[in-house]
Amino acid sequence: MEYTILILLLPFLSFILIGLLGTRLKPAAAGAFGTIVTGIVAILSYWTAFSYFGAGRDASGVFPTLIPWNTVWLPFNGSLHIDLGILLDPISVMMLIVISTVSLMVHIYSFGYMKGERGFQRYYAFLSLFTMSMLGLVLATNIFQMYIFWELVGVSSYLLIGFYYTKKEAIAASKKAFIVTRFADLGFLIGILIYGFYTGTFSFTPDAPALGAAKALLPLALGLMFIGGAGKSAMFPLHIWLPDAMEGPTPVSALIHAATMVVAGVYLVARMFPLFIGYAPEVLHVTAYVGAFTALYAAVVACVQSDIKRVLAFSTISQIGFMIVALGVCTSADPHEGGLGYMASMFHLFTHAMFKALLFLGAGCIIHAVHSNEMSAMGGLRKYMPVTHITFLVACLAIAGIWPLSGFFSKDEILAACFDFSPVMGWVMTFIAGLTAFYMFRLYWCIFWGKENTELHAEHRPHEAPLTMTIPLIFLAVVTLFAGWIPFGEFISSNGQAYHIHIDWNVATVSLCVAAAGIALATWMYMREDRKVADGLATKFSGLHKAAYHRFYIDEIYQFITHRIIFACISTPVAWFDRHVVDGFFNMLATVTGKVSWGIRRMQSGYVQRYGIWFLGGALGLTVILLLI
Amino acid sequence: MIQMEYYLIVSTIMMFAGIYGFFTRRNLLAMLISVELILNSVDINFVVFNRFLFPGQLEGFFFSLFAIGISAAETAVAIAIIINIYRNMRNIQVKNLDKMKW
Repeated sequence: MEYTILILLLPFLSFILIGLLGTRLKPAAAGAFGTIVTGIVAILSYWTAFSYFGAGRDASGVFPTLIPWNTVWLPFNGSLHIDLGILLDPISVMMLIVISTVSLMVHIYSFGYMKGERGFQRYYAFLSLFTMSMLGLVLATNIFQMYIFWELVGVSSYLLIGFYYTKKEAIAASKKAFIVTRFADLGFLIGILIYGFYTGTFSFTPDAPALGAAKALLPLALGLMFIGGAGKSAMFPLHIWLPDAMEGPTPVSALIHAATMVVAGVYLVARMFPLFIGYAPEVLHVTAYVGAFTALYAAVVACVQSDIKRVLAFSTISQIGFMIVALGVCTSADPHEGGLGYMASMFHLFTHAMFKALLFLGAGCIIHAVHSNEMSAMGGLRKYMPVTHITFLVACLAIAGIWPLSGFFSKDEILAACFDFSPVMGWVMTFIAGLTAFYMFRLYWCIFWGKENTELHAEHRPHEAPLTMTIPLIFLAVVTLFAGWIPFGEFISSNGQAYHIHIDWNVATVSLCVAAAGIALATWMYMREDRKVADGLATKFSGLHKAAYHRFYIDEIYQFITHRIIFACISTPVAWFDRHVVDGFFNMLATVTGKVSWGIRRMQSGYVQRYGIWFLGGALGLTVILLLI
Repeated sequence: MIQMEYYLIVSTIMMFAGIYGFFTRRNLLAMLISVELILNSVDINFVVFNRFLFPGQLEGFFFSLFAIGISAAETAVAIAIIINIYRNMRNIQVKNLDKMKW
């Protein structure tokens, strides 16, 4: 399966070509080239998945881990070396499908969405770069290669958030995203270094003696790696960059900030899962609590946001929280005894990528139609945009967890895993699932029903998006409709053995009831035009509403800490020390040298005979000294 | 036969006469002549030491021959420079030649 290297090389080639040719390429040509390359990558990925899973299990009943291509890049000593290669195992193959599918859909969609934008070619070049780096991240054979691509993903995310570089908010958002994730990656890097130093390898699966030697420090290393993952996956309190990242073009939000890059942290934990479960289960449970709190926080905030993309952003944070929780509640590697969460998490990652990309692309269509992100500009759009309406509804039902859409199946597995871990965790997550249904349907009713902004719509009549934008919507909606029936446990499970998914109807009934309650509440509050109940509640609990609207002032706290404490108390004195003491010392050296030179320059009189006298005097002096010695 | 010391006395007198001239003369040509005096005194030393201390060998003679050749060439170059200075400045007084300072 050496051809898998093409999956990485083709998008890279496309990035180089489109990037170098730039505006010499016609926009349509650049877009077509990028899309075709991504299409080929998607076909290759499907073929890889087909042949990998088609090849079947080995004698021990697991899908073998293949390394079809590998090269030692930086050898340090005998066992410690950085490799670059391609690793195929069930989760990386699953991620291949997710990334290439969503990326292809976004490429097609962007044709319509970005039409006529300045920098169309640049946009496609960056999309290719992102696709390459994300694929490289999931295909990495060792933690260091993963880190390299991890940073590349961060860079391309930065470039794409700041795509509208003339817009001040976009620049601020891109910087924020880059700095926050970089800050988290510092933890990741330290974790990698500890891991590499004590186990003597960067491989994901060190042999037992190496692990035994590093046993005491593995929890620390894995915990630090999780900080990196939490930064990328927007876990509380490192989530602050993701809502702002919505300043980028909407298809980018769909690809990077909903479906692929933000689940890199989940993927990282899943990748290190055998080590987590074997050597640091307590760290794993900490991640579960972090994930649960994040999910709850983001769901509450999502309920009151008025910007459609921000609602979706907080919903993404919340759903990633679900995935992390599912991984964190695992207590063993056996899916029948406490290891169910691993499969559930990967399953939810898969289904969530599809329906969240669908939601974002749908939101893109809506923004395209009304030229605003604010919900107040929408309302009653169902009659203008039938395709967007139906696909959006499908996605909303899926994320709310309604049978038989894909979200139901994956969320049910997560909830079952949580109830296995502890009833409290199970009930909390069930409550958040209800909140999810509520805020998604609040969004749905406010956009497509409710009070129409007739003034704005008369001025600029909303219209259905062009075909290039609706086809990806329909495709993703179809996937969302049927992805739940994939026997996911047959492909991926925590110990690699086939696991037959059976729906726990006790849990499922509860979660269905809660979801239905959430939807009903949202319908009651937001479907009618006047929204009396909703506005009444907002004024009655105005303090809570305002706090949630301002995301509980987390950004302000960051602002305070960075500006008032770090900048004022640490950076300013350090800057003063640098300017005045360090620079001052060297300036003094330069000044003294200059003054001295100015003083002794008179010795260069230009008179030959004076030089001669000095020469003779020197010679005589030396003679005298030699004679004295 | 004349003693070695007499030769050395002559050469020392020439040497210091040259040095004195080099420092006191104000005219470039006179300075050049002084330099020649110094060189010639050295040549005499070479020859004398060879003749009296190492009678069977020829290195000193050859060395002084070389020095004479080199000093001839050097004089030619110096004269050329002096002529150029004269063309530019209309005199060859050394006190005027301070253009190369700093």
